[in-house]
Amino acid sequence: MTSFLPPSERIWWNVPVGKQEIVWIGIALVWCLIMFFMMPYWHIYGKQNLSNEAYQTTPAKFQAKVDEMVEKYQVGEEAGIPIVRPPAGSDVYMLGRLWQWYPILEFEKDQSYRVHLSSMDWNHGFSLQPVNINLQILPGYEMVVTMTPDQAGDYAVVCNEYCGIGHHTMLGKIIVKEN
Amino acid sequence: MAQFRVCPDTGFYFDKSAESLMKANAVAGAVALLIAGIMALGVVLTRWQEVHLLPADMFYQVLTSHGINALIFWIIFFEVAILYFASSTLLRSRLAAPRWAWTGFALMLIGAVMNNVAVLQGNSSVMMTSYVPMQAEPHFYLGLILFAVGALIACFVFLGTLVIARDDRTYDGSIPLVTFGALTAAIIAIFTIACGAIILVPTFLWSIGYIHHIDAAMYRVIWWGLGHSSQQINVAAHVSVWYLITGVLFGARPMSEKVSRTAFLLYIFFLQLASAHHILVDPGISSEWKVFNTSYAMYLAVLASMIHGLTVPGAMEVAQRGKGLTKGLFEWLRKAPWGNPVFSGFFISLFTFGFIGGITGVVMGTEQINLIIHNTIYVPAHFHATVVTGTTLTFMALTYLLIPLLFRRAVFLPWVAKMQPYVFGGGMTLMILFMLGAGTLGVSRRHWDMDFTGAALSFEYPGTAYMMMAVGAIGGVLGVVGGAMYLIVTVGSLLFGKKLDEKAGFLQSFGVPMPASAYNVEQPERLPMAPQVVEEHGSAGFEAPGTFVLAMGLLVCFVVYYFINWDYLASVWPLS
Repeated sequence: MTSFLPPSERIWWNVPVGKQEIVWIGIALVWCLIMFFMMPYWHIYGKQNLSNEAYQTTPAKFQAKVDEMVEKYQVGEEAGIPIVRPPAGSDVYMLGRLWQWYPILEFEKDQSYRVHLSSMDWNHGFSLQPVNINLQILPGYEMVVTMTPDQAGDYAVVCNEYCGIGHHTMLGKIIVKEN
Repeated sequence: MAQFRVCPDTGFYFDKSAESLMKANAVAGAVALLIAGIMALGVVLTRWQEVHLLPADMFYQVLTSHGINALIFWIIFFEVAILYFASSTLLRSRLAAPRWAWTGFALMLIGAVMNNVAVLQGNSSVMMTSYVPMQAEPHFYLGLILFAVGALIACFVFLGTLVIARDDRTYDGSIPLVTFGALTAAIIAIFTIACGAIILVPTFLWSIGYIHHIDAAMYRVIWWGLGHSSQQINVAAHVSVWYLITGVLFGARPMSEKVSRTAFLLYIFFLQLASAHHILVDPGISSEWKVFNTSYAMYLAVLASMIHGLTVPGAMEVAQRGKGLTKGLFEWLRKAPWGNPVFSGFFISLFTFGFIGGITGVVMGTEQINLIIHNTIYVPAHFHATVVTGTTLTFMALTYLLIPLLFRRAVFLPWVAKMQPYVFGGGMTLMILFMLGAGTLGVSRRHWDMDFTGAALSFEYPGTAYMMMAVGAIGGVLGVVGGAMYLIVTVGSLLFGKKLDEKAGFLQSFGVPMPASAYNVEQPERLPMAPQVVEEHGSAGFEAPGTFVLAMGLLVCFVVYYFINWDYLASVWPLS
């Protein structure tokens, strides 16, 4: 009855709480603390963390960096998109625009690359498949993620943030070669 | 001037204006649900790759409409009705400023129509989130702003009614728990609408050319203060309705007023900050900020939900045991009225919200785990478990309670009503589980074609992903059937349901007051405090052992599933 009537005690705050609730709140609180500690723990001991490195940029500035890299390290072409093989450990650039990821990158297995990502126009989603790594890519922001591919193969970059009518055709590619 | 009528079945007093407003808001909500449901069918049948019903432009248009009508218009119209019920009806008070309340309703209605028109015209397929710099027509944003202003007025009418009830001393002691929960919802709503105004007003000005640039990152941070917090209004509102339903059906009293109310208070303090979990993989936001917001903030809100998860069924168990259903751990649950859609809707909602919605929400809200989940179809799977089988199903259950109380009609086609929560809840749960699976395989949300037809490069999802999308879609179709059953029952009841009061005619169902003679109470007697309970509290044994076992079951699922996801994360490319 009392869920929709005023509490039976005027000072309901002083009514003692049952043992069952205290035990449950204690258990739930401990679990919440464990979940909290998992995040800093993973920052120290885990291998999958974002760098927090990001810069404000403009589409023109970012495009210039991409073009410079393509000019230097292009090794081929697929479907009209240049394939670029930058040296291991270097800064690598990939841009998202309506409706393309540009260029195609070629990595060596077990080498690290500082991948810079930005959008030329709207929001895009960098979704590396089938590894399943997902990042939000915004215009005006340059995100830097150090990636270390640990398996050779062809990987697709699906756009998973809605970006208009051609959204479903926006596919990119990252090739990982055995060294 | 008499302005109250008393419900002969329950003893609730209905204020004349409050009654009309509740009806009008509930009916407007049901219309939004109808649109949302039709659109849902288009979405489901397109994402079922073997059917692939709609062309791309129409798919995105339908998806935008589905999101806005279901998540904003249906739920908030219904919530306004709940606010008026929890203040005026439960406290036996007249409604504050009925003219303002009607103005609010009119603004909400105009806003909803304007936004729907914008979406149907086809140049505003920007999804519910409308991330800039993708631009919709100005009246898309203006519609949302008007709707929000209307909802804000409704919140203030609710608060005004609480003040009047207190000044007129219409009740003894403190406000009831259900009203307290509704107050929580209203406070969160005011914060939410403020965030919405901060971001949508400049976006509207940008769409008509007065502002030159809106920063994409700033938009996402502030928009989610609206987008996620609005879902917390739903949580506060539907948890209040759970308490109401256990109270009405079982005469359950809260196990502890202090614990339940503190849990609601935690929502107010912490839920908003938890909006940060939408931007865990965005550029330019530091890990410290993300960890603080999703742990200290979000986990204290999660703690609150875990508390309600124990105290809602716990209150029901204590009441049932009090009636002699004491055999074993679960007799109280086995012998519950499973054929009554008010109960079955409530319980399915409680279960799916906790076990699926709650657990998946926390898992994907973990900073690093979000990397393997962000923007996959896992995300809509999660929020269908919270907002559809959680909030929407709860509101459906409440409707079956309100048809006789508020609309004074008998439920039409009771056998359909009896099956409805199972069809709707079952279908949606099927859809949710398989969408979670497809999301884990990387299938994208808001995506027209998982075959990538017309793309320069190619990629193929595994066959399992296609299978999961297909089974999920079958669940979704079942869900739409369940939604249609709800609308058939409710609309049928308003039109053809047996009149429990001969004055409850067709127009009365849509907000026109009954003839003056129906309102024959000038001022109801003061609402008394609940009777004292004789049994002593805090005895050595547990009051609700069955509920405790269920809660521990939830915790075990939670822990196992949480660490499975860490393990999955550990298998992807190292990132730093």
